[in-house]
Amino acid sequence: MEYLIGIQGQDFVLVAADNIAANSIIQMKQDQDKMFKLSDKILLLCVGEAGDTVQFAEYIQKNIQLYKMRNGYELSPKAAANFTRKNLADYLRSRTPYHVNLLLAGFDETDGPGLYYMDHLSALAKAPFAAHGYGAYLTLSILDRYYRPDLTRDEAVDLLKKCIEELNKRFILNLPSFSVRLIDKEGIHDLEKLMPVGAK
Amino acid sequence: MAMSYDRAITVFSPDGHLFQVDYAQEAVKKGSTAVGVRGKNVVVLGVEKKIVAKLQEDRTVRKICSLDDNVFMAFAGLTADARIIVNRARVECQSHRLTVEDPATVEYITRYISSIKQRYTQSNGRRPFGISSLIVGFDFDGTPHLYQTDPSGTYHAWKANAIGRSAKTVREFLEKNYKEDMESDTDTIKLAIRALLEVVQSGGKNIELAIMKRDESMKMLAQEEIEEYVTAIETEKQKKT
Repeated sequence: MEYLIGIQGQDFVLVAADNIAANSIIQMKQDQDKMFKLSDKILLLCVGEAGDTVQFAEYIQKNIQLYKMRNGYELSPKAAANFTRKNLADYLRSRTPYHVNLLLAGFDETDGPGLYYMDHLSALAKAPFAAHGYGAYLTLSILDRYYRPDLTRDEAVDLLKKCIEELNKRFILNLPSFSVRLIDKEGIHDLEKLMPVGAK
Repeated sequence: MAMSYDRAITVFSPDGHLFQVDYAQEAVKKGSTAVGVRGKNVVVLGVEKKIVAKLQEDRTVRKICSLDDNVFMAFAGLTADARIIVNRARVECQSHRLTVEDPATVEYITRYISSIKQRYTQSNGRRPFGISSLIVGFDFDGTPHLYQTDPSGTYHAWKANAIGRSAKTVREFLEKNYKEDMESDTDTIKLAIRALLEVVQSGGKNIELAIMKRDESMKMLAQEEIEEYVTAIETEKQKKT
């Protein structure tokens, strides 16, 4: 039901998430923010079991901040992604696993932009573009067809719009709005919410 | 007479002293001086830099530690003990944020540190922490605070204070020169530097200073900036005489 998407450009990462918080057949909240700011240049997008998502994401968020306090500098996106994966993996073989699917997007001074895909079985993969949810089945093919590593910011947003239009057209559920954010060397920027109108 | 009452610290002496705590306070008095000043819009912590051996990198001796984005502290006494306290405080700051979604107030974290110190004055086989600390910062409603803790586990709020070697001299200087509601950030910073200069040898080179303005994170002043303040202070002194 929930949807996450990330697209990496030359010097930025564009991410978007839907805004619905549902409970069985009811939409409880239409402006839920599923992105968690881990640090000035890292975002964690988190969907999955209700409760597990916020619990796990906030736990990781505070631990990343603790690292910053203890060591005087922030974890890189790669280190943060691996730290998150390790935590998820440890909990997986305990009596209380977290059922969450994640996208971690960040910008590193030396390595540049990075997008990491993580699922509830604690698989971690660095990818140029990724998506979670049923919507992924409908939009990964669009990304395959139109993605280029040298996308500009505007082109990436257009590509994102294409994906969301496809969801609006073919996905059985109505996802009326999406939060969009962009990470580059200046930090995290909020972009305009995308609200697809009607079916073509 | 006092000898037999200071091995197991859970025991009081006949005249009501906890000797281990008193001895811990002696350890604090041997540590290098730290001074804290609370201004209206800025809080300042200054420490006397220990003179390091020629081959030693002086960057590894950090006596001012950031606990969270809104709180930082300096200590006087056993550096190793301080490391433990600082680490526990850092974890507690994040734990507080995790549970209540708000940054901890300066008083909360001071109370937490003090209760750890007190616990060690009342347990079997453990000795008290040999440090006093000055904890400064801003609460999320913008009020600045300065607290001092000592090995016994008590804490008090101060407008300006000093701990460590020559603390008495520095405190007397502060009492004479502290002005209520110092509006200017420069005046607050200058007061801290002047207080330290009273007891530190060879001036600005041996001073480490950190400031925090409301809604900003802690900033360690660079050596050049400290030297600028020191020169300004010397010119003012000469003008007066």
